[in-house]
Amino acid sequence: MADKPHDTERTYPDGRPLAEQPQWIRDFPTDVSSDHGLARREFTKFLVLTSGAFVAGQCWIVGMSVFQGEEDFPEKWIANENDVPPGGVVEFRYPTDNDPCLLVRLRNRRLVAYGQKCSHLACAVIPQPDQDQLRCPCHNGYFEINEGRPIAGPPRRPLPLVKLVVRDGGIYATGVEHRTA
Amino acid sequence: MKPKLTQAQKDTIVNSISILVGFLVILQLWLLTATMNAWMGRDSSVVWPAALASLGCLLFNLLLLRRLNFLAGDGA
Repeated sequence: MADKPHDTERTYPDGRPLAEQPQWIRDFPTDVSSDHGLARREFTKFLVLTSGAFVAGQCWIVGMSVFQGEEDFPEKWIANENDVPPGGVVEFRYPTDNDPCLLVRLRNRRLVAYGQKCSHLACAVIPQPDQDQLRCPCHNGYFEINEGRPIAGPPRRPLPLVKLVVRDGGIYATGVEHRTA
Repeated sequence: MKPKLTQAQKDTIVNSISILVGFLVILQLWLLTATMNAWMGRDSSVVWPAALASLGCLLFNLLLLRRLNFLAGDGA
């Protein structure tokens, strides 16, 4: 087989020219460098496609944030102040029935309330006031109980903080604060 | 007239472009996860800048891909 003009640019694994290659390579002369180049080009095309998918994801977040309305937080009675002893826990739902929350009276008698859905994958966290923590049993995530911040495991965001008001012996939820850190 | 690039030079450019595109895609992945984390914490202030930055990365990637295709088409 006669060498084509561009065959002089071809490279082979052993570095020898085409004329010195075995018969099977001379019959099917693959340019290794070009072949690698093609593979890299195809891989880069795939990366650019992935890049487009990430932009689509960002656009989805933009769309959701634009069309996300303001949340309404009505005042809701949770429990009587005297019914929650230190270390005691009351379960309630706020602001909707789909939002389970926990009211905890700490050992220093301070009242705190958090959304019960773990900030990792929304499993229900279990309060452990005696150990000053809340535990998510799904992936062993831990939140400290004073501020609801993650201290161990996969969760990165704190639990949603439910704002409380104590009035006339009753404990009321008045809002929810979602936090990033 | 510009001298034609050798195969070795083209290989170097193709490798560099591939690495740069890979780096930008990893940057976009970080942007997406950080934005999602902030948005789920009801912090919408980073949503638009992150989207624009990601779009900028995509446009630059497309530019690099065009250059890559130009090189493959015997471009110098």
